[in-house]
Amino acid sequence: MSAELFFFYVFAALAAGSALAMVSNLRNTVAAALSLVVTMVSLAGIYVLLRAHLVAAVQIMVYAGAVLVLFVFVVMLLNLREDVFPPARLRPFKLAGAALGAVGLAGFLAALAGHVPDMAAVPESFGGYREVGRALFTDYVLAFELVSLLLLAAIVGAVVLAKRRLEP
Amino acid sequence: MITVEHVLALSGLLFAIGALGALTRRNLIVILMCIELMLNAVNLAFVGFARAWGDLGGQVVVLMVIAVAAGSVAVGLGIVIALFRNRDSVNIEDVSLLKW
Amino acid sequence: MPWDVVAKSLFIVVVGVGVFAPVVTWVERKQSAVMQDRIGANRADLFGIRILGLLHPAADVIKLIFKEDVVPHGANRALHLTAPLIAAVAAIVSFAVIPYGGEYTVGGTTFSLVAADVDWGLLFIFAVGALAAYGTVIAGWASNNNWSLLGSLRATAQMISYEVTMGLSVVGVFMVFQTLRLPEMVHAQDATFRLLGFLEVFGWVDPLPAWSDWIRLPRWGVFLQPLAFVMFLAAIMAENKRPPFDVPEGDSEIVAGYHTEYSGMRFGLFFMAEFIEVVVIAGLMVTLFLGGWSVPWLSSERIVAGITPLFGGGFANLFCMLVHVTTWLVKVSALIWLQMALRWTLPRFRYDQVMDLCWKILLPLSIANIFVTGTILLLIEGTR
Repeated sequence: MSAELFFFYVFAALAAGSALAMVSNLRNTVAAALSLVVTMVSLAGIYVLLRAHLVAAVQIMVYAGAVLVLFVFVVMLLNLREDVFPPARLRPFKLAGAALGAVGLAGFLAALAGHVPDMAAVPESFGGYREVGRALFTDYVLAFELVSLLLLAAIVGAVVLAKRRLEP
Repeated sequence: MITVEHVLALSGLLFAIGALGALTRRNLIVILMCIELMLNAVNLAFVGFARAWGDLGGQVVVLMVIAVAAGSVAVGLGIVIALFRNRDSVNIEDVSLLKW
Repeated sequence: MPWDVVAKSLFIVVVGVGVFAPVVTWVERKQSAVMQDRIGANRADLFGIRILGLLHPAADVIKLIFKEDVVPHGANRALHLTAPLIAAVAAIVSFAVIPYGGEYTVGGTTFSLVAADVDWGLLFIFAVGALAAYGTVIAGWASNNNWSLLGSLRATAQMISYEVTMGLSVVGVFMVFQTLRLPEMVHAQDATFRLLGFLEVFGWVDPLPAWSDWIRLPRWGVFLQPLAFVMFLAAIMAENKRPPFDVPEGDSEIVAGYHTEYSGMRFGLFFMAEFIEVVVIAGLMVTLFLGGWSVPWLSSERIVAGITPLFGGGFANLFCMLVHVTTWLVKVSALIWLQMALRWTLPRFRYDQVMDLCWKILLPLSIANIFVTGTILLLIEGTR
């Protein structure tokens, strides 16, 4: 087993394990958020293995560094300690839904089988900030601008929502 | 050598875990986190395919998704806080007025 | 196993953690004494020998190690014990990408004095800094104490906010040096530029008189991006939560903030993380703005070229390395002193002032800085 594959398995196990821990943690919301941080950081490790260096750095800075800190912040702000949320009752039609989902997934995998590409040979600079930046500001500049508009809308929305009361 | 199958398997697993959580959990904040997890699973697939095709488009899309996710979390958590102020709860069973 | 990486990492740990961090605690005490007109820390003695109070760090370490490690009742034990580790590890790891010397060829082998020469070095520091926030957040939450929780809430908001300005304020520096790789950035600064050169570039005075060639400044970030220097210093000091930005542990309001409930070596780790961070900040500021290891007005090529005819190339390279590492240490010490002087000069900001500074002053200014830098760079490009 190559070193790359070994590290892939390590990070994959970490990511999947902490994701499971996040979903199954019924008592402690902060601990669930912290499990998700582990998932995000392991995913960043996998991104590095897949030669997406810039994406890995952004993943840690934005997801682990800002988004999840925000989650933890809100949980602490609301002071949700030891919340008791009864798990959903498993009704038959939910089980049926899960079965349907499994069938759909199996169909998707069957359709995909044999069409999966092999890893291409990529240049050394692939995924570095220069290359991604060039792609971002030439081929995808319209999408980039649209995202900036969306972020502006999100900022305004968040400010309006977080205000204590809107004056009538 | 990591293959696309490896990446897709992990991606699918994470997406399934996220979907399971989003459907079964009742804590609004955890549901938001599960949605983030699903977005991350999709990002992983994008990065894997970007590497496979040698095309940076996949990585650019991931950057967009991260930006959009950050925006959605800002608004989503704003809603959670507003909800908590009004209902004193973040349980989605308590906000079912629009449910038929 | 590449042994040079091991050796360099060891150097970082020994210098950064073993030497600098304890000495910095001593410097802080002495600096506070100077500012407050006292003689300062000089009580700790070994058989009557006091050596300027330099034994205080050793006494501190011994005390902290042997103190009882208390986990408060009702606290989340695992998280309470992990939090200081996250803070300390994040602080030490940031050192990996900071170059403390250039590239030297001795006896046919070329080596560079940086532990990890990664292409996205600066992003690495930002990413690790983002993770460092968790040390604080978890510490406050896992302590089961209201003061801790308040401190950690304040710390979270402050660190997320200042991360934004910290990143944006150095974008101008990337634009000028055209790289994120820290060793490359220092190489770019190992040169000089004509102070009046812009007159010629824009064709206002053409040609410049010959004497203007003598008025040169080192091509350092601080001269090319002076506004970025001030903003980055403010933002990164706020990231480190030291005074005047120490609202997360504001002693007069919330006891000791997020580390109220820590004792013994776990508190020691927070303490150490803060002082290592001081050294990291100094190293980063030196790398980005003060030319790193480079000697002003004396590029490494000129040092090597000057010594080689006398003693040969290998010795010239070794000598150059020695000069560079010494220069780096001098610059880093100067910036550590600057941080200490600021810490003991300015009073603590109020919380809303901290936030106003970030969002209403530093953020717009840094965006304006990016805009102006870009415009000037494009204008220069247009004249070529």
